[in-house]
Amino acid sequence: MGMTKTIFSGFGGQGVLMMGYVLASSGMHEDKHVTYLPSYGAEVRGGTANCTITVSDEPIASPVASFPDFAVLMNTPSLVRFEGKVKAGGTIFLNDDLVELKPKRLDIAVLRVPVNTIADRLGHARGANMVMIGAFVQKTGLVSLKSVIKSVKEIFATKGAKVHKMNTLALKEGAAFVRAGGESEL
Amino acid sequence: MRGSHVIGEAATRAGCRFYAGYPITPQNELPEYLSKRFAELEDATFIQAESELAAINMVMGASMAGVRAMTSSSSPGISLKQEGISYMAGTELPAVVVNVMRGGPGLGNIAPSQQDYFQATRGGGHGGYRTIVLAPHSGQELVTLTMKAFDLADRYRLPVVLLGDGLMGQMMEPVTFPDPIDPATLPRKDWVLGGAKGRGGHLLASLLLDPSKMEQHNWKLARKYAAIRERETEHESYLLDDAVLAVVAFGTAARIAKGAVNRVRKAGLKAGLFRPVTLWPFPERQLRALTPRLKHILVFEMNLGQMVEDVKLSIGEQATVHFYGRPGGIVSTPHEIAEAITKLCYRYDLG
Repeated sequence: MGMTKTIFSGFGGQGVLMMGYVLASSGMHEDKHVTYLPSYGAEVRGGTANCTITVSDEPIASPVASFPDFAVLMNTPSLVRFEGKVKAGGTIFLNDDLVELKPKRLDIAVLRVPVNTIADRLGHARGANMVMIGAFVQKTGLVSLKSVIKSVKEIFATKGAKVHKMNTLALKEGAAFVRAGGESEL
Repeated sequence: MRGSHVIGEAATRAGCRFYAGYPITPQNELPEYLSKRFAELEDATFIQAESELAAINMVMGASMAGVRAMTSSSSPGISLKQEGISYMAGTELPAVVVNVMRGGPGLGNIAPSQQDYFQATRGGGHGGYRTIVLAPHSGQELVTLTMKAFDLADRYRLPVVLLGDGLMGQMMEPVTFPDPIDPATLPRKDWVLGGAKGRGGHLLASLLLDPSKMEQHNWKLARKYAAIRERETEHESYLLDDAVLAVVAFGTAARIAKGAVNRVRKAGLKAGLFRPVTLWPFPERQLRALTPRLKHILVFEMNLGQMVEDVKLSIGEQATVHFYGRPGGIVSTPHEIAEAITKLCYRYDLG
């Protein structure tokens, strides 16, 4: 696998930093080297939020990404900001419910996931980020879905069994969406 | 764990039992962590002070009483603490001061920066003193250097600065901690103000009106600083054995530079990294030892060129020193630094 860098970006409140934290924690559970680098301060307190996650088999030199392999973009401003930075041959994951713009680049793959629609259907509107991270790991194989479910359970340990059940469901639905073929454009 | 939290846990495990600070971004997660952590301990005190000045003076008092004490802030707040740091340097009081640097001057912004190198390594306040300055570049090093800072502060009786930046404070990496130190097992300090029953009194003061006494005291401090210079430098060499060009960078910049070195190595360019871990004392001899074999050195800093002066002082005319820097809280990518290295390799035909 080598070293893989992913940027997660969206509005504050969409659970963007949480997605990154879940990926980093899952990598740690699989004994991989990981770094989690959030945007912070003024950005966290409203407006856009983003974080960069590195998952690697070897020690990580720089936690800063020059050209990320993957970008998970939860709103339109994030697409505008990060489309140009993704490595050629990389993949963009788009929140199909909120991002209307079509990416312009032809040298990257695009996977659209209607995360809000799926989360609403499950009765777990706040779990849209969980749907996305489920789809993300199913597509990339960076970490296993099992590790992600375990990490999410740990992170939300104080929230009780119902939240755990709903999060697990959302993660699995995201993965199932990709396994079913998803809506992928190249 | 988040970098700021790592510092808090490492300080606790080093036996730190007094913290006073005043909130400022991007280091608020450190007092946040300690307020909770110290509440679990019977013998620890956490105070959110009314100002930076109050905080540093509370730390001074705690230090006089013999306890391992710490304060933290970010650039503008550290400026406010300089009077107290100078008093502690003069009075020879140990303490750990964490500076999570942000963009400046003035209030600046809250983005990661290395613009306080001069302030940290030249003492910062008035009176010609020095503080030991440690520059961590990873989560694990936040553990080791925080704990080491308390040991050095006690051993040499002076404030030690842990110089990080917003990126180091916010980034999360897996870390492991050594077992906690029981403060009761630390070496006894025979100079503290702990009650004079059955012994003569101790005097701790930085006021010495008689110039000859002040001069004696300054010479005493100078001998201490010379001993620190002799014994306490620390650095990391990364891929330097066969290198034709060395990048010199510290802290977050060194992390980015490592990524850049890995990039250009894949392209066949033999670059390496020299990373000072102690910024004062600066690892002069170790850097000079790379020359004259190495003819070109590229200094990369997240400022407009501060450590580059220490690099030039260290190597004199033995090699050509180049500089690349981004001020204001801009975080360069490894690709950007790799470009700077590649350009130098073409220009000077380094292969």
